[in-house]
Amino acid sequence: MADSRIEISFTLNGAAVTVQVNPRHRLLDLLRYELDLPGSKEGCGEGECGACTVHLDGIPVNSCLVPAWQVRDRDVVTIEATVAEDVARMLDSGATQCGACTPGVVMTARWLEANPQLLERFSARELMAGNLCRCTGYDGIIDGLAVAAPDAEEE
Amino acid sequence: MMQVHLAASFDEAVRIKGEHPDVVPIAGGTDLLVNWPDAHALHERQWLDLSALAELAAIRFEEEAVVLGALVTYWDVIQDERFRALPLLPAAAVTVGSVQIQTRGTWAGNIANASPAADGVPALMAYDAEVTLASTTGRRVVPLADFYHGYKQTEARPNELIESIRVPLRTHDFEDFIKVGSRAAQAITKVGMAIAHSAAGWRIVANSMAPTVCRCPALEKLVEDDEPVDSPDALLAAIRADVRPIDDIRSTAVYRERVFSRVLYHALLPFRSSFS
Repeated sequence: MADSRIEISFTLNGAAVTVQVNPRHRLLDLLRYELDLPGSKEGCGEGECGACTVHLDGIPVNSCLVPAWQVRDRDVVTIEATVAEDVARMLDSGATQCGACTPGVVMTARWLEANPQLLERFSARELMAGNLCRCTGYDGIIDGLAVAAPDAEEE
Repeated sequence: MMQVHLAASFDEAVRIKGEHPDVVPIAGGTDLLVNWPDAHALHERQWLDLSALAELAAIRFEEEAVVLGALVTYWDVIQDERFRALPLLPAAAVTVGSVQIQTRGTWAGNIANASPAADGVPALMAYDAEVTLASTTGRRVVPLADFYHGYKQTEARPNELIESIRVPLRTHDFEDFIKVGSRAAQAITKVGMAIAHSAAGWRIVANSMAPTVCRCPALEKLVEDDEPVDSPDALLAAIRADVRPIDDIRSTAVYRERVFSRVLYHALLPFRSSFS
């Protein structure tokens, strides 16, 4: 028996949307397979790699761990809302090689850049620990942050 | 088929749990959604979404306790400077997964999921936290230390939901939270403990050392009674009375016992004259 779809409305990259979601879909599935936003990647599917990171009400979450119906009446921002100028420093710093982790890395980085007071309590590396990158060795990512990251500069 | 109940209020959620006791309550989803495409059995269940219930998201500082609503996340506690009064809570919270997990995972979910490796539970248990369970017949309060009956077995009845967690505010002269994992971030605990001392006595709580997170009464008594401890090995008899570590994919019983004894010994050595 087919699951019946659930109608939800939410804000997606600044625009109001109403969709009929498959109850088995995660936010990641909804974005990639229903809403034609394939920028968020599925890496591990268990909340470790961070390649699927999006902002939910302004904070980073793994979209592979959020049922699609949980975003009703909430605010979702995905990598598709980012333009090149937003990540100019990262483009020049060697922050990306194969690119699989990059959408998630950029989403966490943009949250950190919008909340620089977090760096008073935590290092950029701690805050970025939920985004795994197997190419760059992380130095390029930390160097590419558009905020001072003292833990990178000390090295 | 998968059916989802989107409760509009906690009262409605409690009523649904009463009518459908096998429903799966979900808050942050950080345990339930892991490897979701392969979690076929869960796709056939009925779900109860609690995530939109603002009434469960409150943190209330009262004169003698802090009350965490069932939707309070690790990140809520990390962000809130008032939790300097309960330092084990933010100390535990920052060790859970990563920011992306901390922003979704809830303290109540950590309790309900009943993992022996839970990191939030030992911190709460060391502070004598109590769990408020709600059903259509009323509320009851259970000490967290009495909440687990066995591996994944809890005191919560099928018609009950966790509504809140009450953490007493006491003056502590010793508090420590220690997590041993494979690396600093994104690791599940191999050996863990939370230790607290107040006028209420010593609390030594172990995780990943037994079928449930648990207090260690033999160790607590040993420390309370100032029994001489001249090496980590002097703790082994009490450790063996309190916990039963196992071999599993993350570690071995032998490693866990040895590391637990050493970590506990070195945590208390600078503080207790009975330790030498």
